[in-house]
Amino acid sequence: MINKVVSGADEAIRDIAEGDTLMLGGFGLCGIPENCINALVKKGVKELTCISNNAGIDDFGIGLLLKTRQVKKMISSYVGENSEFERQLLSGELEVELIPQGTLATRCLAAGYGMPAIFTPAGVGTEVAEGKETRSFNGKEYLMEYAFEADFALVKAWKGDTAGNLIFRSTSRNFNPVMATAGKITIAEVEHLVEAGELDPDQIHTPGVYVHRIFQGEHYEKRIEKRTVRPKE
Amino acid sequence: MLDKDGIARRIAKEIKDGYYVNLGIGIPTLVANYIPANLQVVLQSENGLLGMGPFPFEGEEDADLINAGKQTITTLPGSSIFDSALSFGMIRSQKIDLTILGAMEVSENGDIANWKIPGKMVKGMGGAMDLVASAKNIIVAMQHINKAGESKLLPKCTLPLTGVKCIKKVVTELAVLDILPEGGFKLLERAPGVSVAYIRSATLGKLYASDDVPEMQLD
Repeated sequence: MINKVVSGADEAIRDIAEGDTLMLGGFGLCGIPENCINALVKKGVKELTCISNNAGIDDFGIGLLLKTRQVKKMISSYVGENSEFERQLLSGELEVELIPQGTLATRCLAAGYGMPAIFTPAGVGTEVAEGKETRSFNGKEYLMEYAFEADFALVKAWKGDTAGNLIFRSTSRNFNPVMATAGKITIAEVEHLVEAGELDPDQIHTPGVYVHRIFQGEHYEKRIEKRTVRPKE
Repeated sequence: MLDKDGIARRIAKEIKDGYYVNLGIGIPTLVANYIPANLQVVLQSENGLLGMGPFPFEGEEDADLINAGKQTITTLPGSSIFDSALSFGMIRSQKIDLTILGAMEVSENGDIANWKIPGKMVKGMGGAMDLVASAKNIIVAMQHINKAGESKLLPKCTLPLTGVKCIKKVVTELAVLDILPEGGFKLLERAPGVSVAYIRSATLGKLYASDDVPEMQLD
């Protein structure tokens, strides 16, 4: 097997450079690459374009990169939980492209499947469609949306092996497997890194061929955005 | 006039046995509380879950298990988890029977606006544009009039659109209305104690209403 293991987040992100386009997995704060984000803050690399469904909150996740003004442009579907983001957007300091969530996911998927574009009905007749090619299939109109091109994809998995195979846990799967397939270089941080052979091949969500670097992350905070519970009966 | 729970209770009556249902954030989330226990219904959460269960017991919350509103939840026997691309695949290919979502404005030809107020508020569309563009059966849960007392059921939406000609049914604190294929709101039911005249005054879009529109039954 080809060994994909690197020592940690700093080594994994060592060549992310000013102006690069990154994909970051996660939905809300669930399944985000915490270690990679912290390492990017430490490295201080600027002018990043970030493709991520959400933008974190003010003091966690991508919110940390926004606070340090390392992000030039965000491509997201929903950013309602981050007041600093909304402020930078409304003041024009931050470039933002808001796109439908399914379009975001499927543009990642197209990249990982080697397809240049998709057709989706989402956004037809809205400002999302402005300047985009449309086509009619069976009497219904669709927008052509291009596969994403990302220099790096940063994903978080539950378990991974030294060969780069990944298994995700619960709804922290979300965008991670599709983004993992879509980066020119994919970096996976995992809670548990095991030897090749320890994971059941039938249970693997992302095959190692898509993963270029893998490391076991440290101190996962896994912050909960909205803690909702019911009392014990 | 209904409160938010009243709107949710009335919408729950539209859910049929065997339905896969996607509930949006806000009033739609409350609908889950009123689905009759004798119906087999599966709730989809578009971040990647079919079979959304109730909130976890205190102390059992799991940061890896949330719904599309980022709330901690649970799974149920028969639940499944998948990635976001497949989640929208099942939405686009119309495997989800009913979609319930909120709106800031709805127009008499079925357009909906719910994601942006230019210059003031930008939260993003999330999955709403995908849902309204593909779902075969959409119910909008919304307030009939805004805080300033203005109608949100309009001849034409004033806010940036989420989808065009896609909404067929609206449930508000005042009424249940269909949107007719040729355009216009058709009043089907009145909220308890609300007159047709009042609904007419609260609806800026074209309204078709007979004099004997029934009051809605909530139970």
